[in-house]
Amino acid sequence: MQTHKAKRVVITIEKIMLSRLTNAIEKADVSGYSILPVFGGSGRSGSWTREDNLGRGDGMVQVICIIKPERLDTLLDSAFEVVDRHIGVVTITDCEVLRAERF
Amino acid sequence: MDVFSLAAETLVTPIVLSFVLGLFAALVRSDLSIPEAIAKGMSLYLLFAIGFKGGVSLADHGIDLTLGLTLLTGVILSAAIPLIAYVVLRTLSRLRALDAAAVAGHYGSISIVTFVAASSVLESQGIAYDGYMVAVAAAMEAPAILSALWLVTRSKGGGKMEPGLWREIMLNGSIVLLIGSFLIGMITGEEGLKEIAPLVIAPFKGVLCLFLLDMGIIAGRGLRKGRGVLDAGALAFGIIMPLLGSLLGLGAAFMLGLSLGSALLLMVLSASASYIAVPAAMRVALPEANPSIYLTLSLGVTFPFNLVIGIPLYLALASAVIGG
Repeated sequence: MQTHKAKRVVITIEKIMLSRLTNAIEKADVSGYSILPVFGGSGRSGSWTREDNLGRGDGMVQVICIIKPERLDTLLDSAFEVVDRHIGVVTITDCEVLRAERF
Repeated sequence: MDVFSLAAETLVTPIVLSFVLGLFAALVRSDLSIPEAIAKGMSLYLLFAIGFKGGVSLADHGIDLTLGLTLLTGVILSAAIPLIAYVVLRTLSRLRALDAAAVAGHYGSISIVTFVAASSVLESQGIAYDGYMVAVAAAMEAPAILSALWLVTRSKGGGKMEPGLWREIMLNGSIVLLIGSFLIGMITGEEGLKEIAPLVIAPFKGVLCLFLLDMGIIAGRGLRKGRGVLDAGALAFGIIMPLLGSLLGLGAAFMLGLSLGSALLLMVLSASASYIAVPAAMRVALPEANPSIYLTLSLGVTFPFNLVIGIPLYLALASAVIGG
């Protein structure tokens, strides 16, 4: 089957920053993304789980975008304005998709 | 009533003991936990019930000048306490200016759970308080955040109050529910209360016990994880600052001529530290500040102190100064 090259960008960020990040992603003309909850983890600020959370801003989420390679820089520039000062991880991996016109 | 008999009376209650149980479970690494959705549901219930009852009480007693003055005093206390907290913290500990400012913001704001626990103690002691103190609690949430950001901007810059953040703070779910249920209570009055009393009155203390069990677990876990984060000075701050705050609240209550019950609530509001609204604001505005420091102090040190020792101590102080 014919596949097409794409980039998979995964941004793990604090929940409180989520709407700011999705606004930035949309500003970069990326309309498709998925949001996943993160159940817990460990980092420079120590370990945590969702059960320890009290507030609306606690915890982390993952935002996953799959885009055409040529749109990567625009997306990263826009997203980096949001995540620059904050806890989080941005990873980019190569992937392949079946329906290129959707990305 | 002396402080010891009062402390004994308020300590041996299901509410405090539930909290202690949660704290114990977390410290001995038990897997006891309250599911996230249930904890969220209990929090919504408690906010609705306390807001509604406050509104009904205000409808009974009417609006007067003391209400306006107490609201204004609450706002001033919330804005001023971080400035004092910052100086105390910088004197006692070796925390960076940025972390000290973030912590200071938490101490100007309030803990609604401590407020609910104090109002529950007042009810069990048969001491009346003004319903509008709920509105004072809501008014005291946000000004402290501005003071913390001002402290950071003054020292080296970096604190940023973006327009979206301001909206999020003022319209966060807890504030909207608290003020909204307060207004519903005020509009519907005693008649409204009669209709929903089986929901907002009868189960209140039982739900509060379960909620405090969860708070105990979270506080204990925070304390365990944050043990290495705080130096002795910062730990001392977590005890000294609520005492200072309570004295400021007592002074203000005395000058306003508040009743014993309302005076205790103003003391508790001034003594308590936020662990929900302010941490969220700090994560956006001051992401470089270490959340382990301010969360461990407000939730792991000051919250248990206020709940177990602070409330009876403040009540004894208020009884000595204000009488009643």
